[in-house]
Amino acid sequence: MKVRATQAIMECLLEQEVDTVFGYPGGTILNLYDELYHYQDKIHHVLTAHEQGAAHAADGYARSTGKVGVCFATSGPGATNLTTGIATAYMDSSPVVFITCNVSEGLLGKDSFQEVDITGIAMPITKATYLVRDPQTIPDVMRQAFAVAATGRPGPVLIDFLKNVTFLNTMIDYEFIPWDQNRGTDSIRQLAVSHGLKAPEPDLGDIDTLVEMIAQSERPLLICGGGVVRGRADRQFRTFAENLDAPVAITVMGGGGFPGAHPLTTGMIGMHGSQASNVACNECDLLIAVGCRFSDRVALQPDTFASQAKIVHIDIDRSEIDKNVLTDHHIVGSAKRVLELLNQRLPQYQHTEWKEHILPLREKQPVEHGTDRLTPGQILDAIQQAAPQGSIVATDVGQHQMWSIQHFHFDYPGQLLTSGGFGTMGFGLGAAIGAKVGNPDKVVIHTTGDGCFRMNCHELATVEHYHLPIITVVFNNGTLGMVRQWQHLIYQEHYSETTLDRGPDFVKLAEAYGLKGRRVTNRAEMEQALQEALSCGCGYVIDCQVDMDEMVRPMVAGGAHITDFLLK
Amino acid sequence: MKQTISVLVENQAGALNRITGLFSRRAFNIESLAVGVTDDPTISRITIIVDSGNSVVEQVEKQLNKLMEVIKVRTLEENALIGRELMLLKVNANNKTRQDIMTICEIMGAKVTDISPTSLTLELSDTPDRLDTFQSMMRPFSILEVARTGMVAVQKGAGKI
Repeated sequence: MKVRATQAIMECLLEQEVDTVFGYPGGTILNLYDELYHYQDKIHHVLTAHEQGAAHAADGYARSTGKVGVCFATSGPGATNLTTGIATAYMDSSPVVFITCNVSEGLLGKDSFQEVDITGIAMPITKATYLVRDPQTIPDVMRQAFAVAATGRPGPVLIDFLKNVTFLNTMIDYEFIPWDQNRGTDSIRQLAVSHGLKAPEPDLGDIDTLVEMIAQSERPLLICGGGVVRGRADRQFRTFAENLDAPVAITVMGGGGFPGAHPLTTGMIGMHGSQASNVACNECDLLIAVGCRFSDRVALQPDTFASQAKIVHIDIDRSEIDKNVLTDHHIVGSAKRVLELLNQRLPQYQHTEWKEHILPLREKQPVEHGTDRLTPGQILDAIQQAAPQGSIVATDVGQHQMWSIQHFHFDYPGQLLTSGGFGTMGFGLGAAIGAKVGNPDKVVIHTTGDGCFRMNCHELATVEHYHLPIITVVFNNGTLGMVRQWQHLIYQEHYSETTLDRGPDFVKLAEAYGLKGRRVTNRAEMEQALQEALSCGCGYVIDCQVDMDEMVRPMVAGGAHITDFLLK
Repeated sequence: MKQTISVLVENQAGALNRITGLFSRRAFNIESLAVGVTDDPTISRITIIVDSGNSVVEQVEKQLNKLMEVIKVRTLEENALIGRELMLLKVNANNKTRQDIMTICEIMGAKVTDISPTSLTLELSDTPDRLDTFQSMMRPFSILEVARTGMVAVQKGAGKI
């Protein structure tokens, strides 16, 4: 069947069951938006205030729904505005297909208006990039892009269509093939063979070796990493942990992979990890890390990391094995499949003595009661009591992020949306928008700092326009808190350019965008504001006045031994 | 330790860029890199020499394997490969020195490809070590220009990647 090239692009989105796209139009992508006009009943387009917001929204949509996110942008600045969002998705293995259009063939390479080599720029921050110069290749490229983004270790993919490829008089051969069938087309099958598009099937010998290692172990520790979340392997992980009867430390990206309030949880591990997690890591005799990549925020000092333990690494990506920490054993495969195979072979263990040693160490930072000033602990405690436990939490980056992850407990994959790998300030509001669009029935809470919020607060316009009742909680301490904390502890209190003693008034800002807001200075006001926010049915900004010298505890300095706490 | 990695890639724009980009962003040092099309015009072979420990080479291999354009990666064992590099070397030569240079060329198996009243241009294809030796023998005559291709390699015997 002959169809317009742009029509084929839309149909290919429908093949993948895409019904939501985030984006921002412009000169070169006009044809695609013209086609979208005909498809507006089938594909809901969310227009953000800025391409970066669209990128984060598509990412947040993908993380919270488990589907592939889709984001459109135009050439040049539109495309480069995506890059922070693409890198954020790449570092956290979030499946997003970014679609940009470039100038026409005749203008390519001539430094034309709004021309940029976005496939070149995006190369190191994507799983694959495609520059489409031949309209006939559209169906193949679209299908490949989705297959690459969604399978194996997920991640972003970028497709750049030349404008002439999308001209409305360009006709191509096209036939609708649903995604589960088009994964069988020749080009994709070939790719699947050469690039392991399907997750590698775990080696049964490797599984048996681990089963034996477990039998030998008296002090096992589990790490729940982002792979458990991305692979939606939470049920399998929970069974595994309960059979093994071992403490479970959770990485930032692993939040939601294992119930945060489970009796075996020791909380976060690493730089701001709990005493329980970090001590357990240091004292265990068997460390089984599932879907984590031993980043420098977890394995702060790779040489001494879990030095008494045999380290076992389970990961879908072979290149993660022995990259940061040398392992004693590894199993390559998806978390879900590996854990299923392990669970079939594992008897019920009891590690009572070891648990009794580790689990009592996991005391939370106490919430200060009876004080006039508003503390981070009180803010989070109030949210936890007011909001339903299943609420989605999107964070920005810094102190409030660590506080949020330490304080809340996350029970299912996609409940916590946070930029763990790239540490992108300004990620939260976009991600919250994507999450709310993808999960209209869930309460979405966006925690942020005054520094982060100011970076992308223009997305409040999107919140208002689409009537998204997102609750933004600003930990407003008038400073870049995390950087200030380092300056306090390591840089002799030289508070160089971290004090944010400037506007705007976030309550007035919310009002200017047609939303509601309130400034709170104590717990009672915080509780009232939350009640209002939860019932008002519109976007709401709570400006929480927090002392600038509040610190994230515990803390281990970068590169230090994991139990060498700088702050307890 | 120097190791030779042979990579088969799709012969398309951007493939080389992706591979060299990978090396720079992962901070892997490339000693030499040579590219050329194979018998199948859709596939190129890239021969890369890295001077690093085993763990780095293992990482290089794994990371290369992840790239969509890469079809196959193999680290070639040093005693199981045939490797050659081509060098063109232009050296000062006059009536007094020309004969001495020619003698060294004969010993090393280099050919004279061009001559002028004040220079000789020499061509030698051999292992990188032998090229180094030849180059150091020419240095006393004052080298004007050197161009080397980087080594290409295949496995010994009938095996192929």
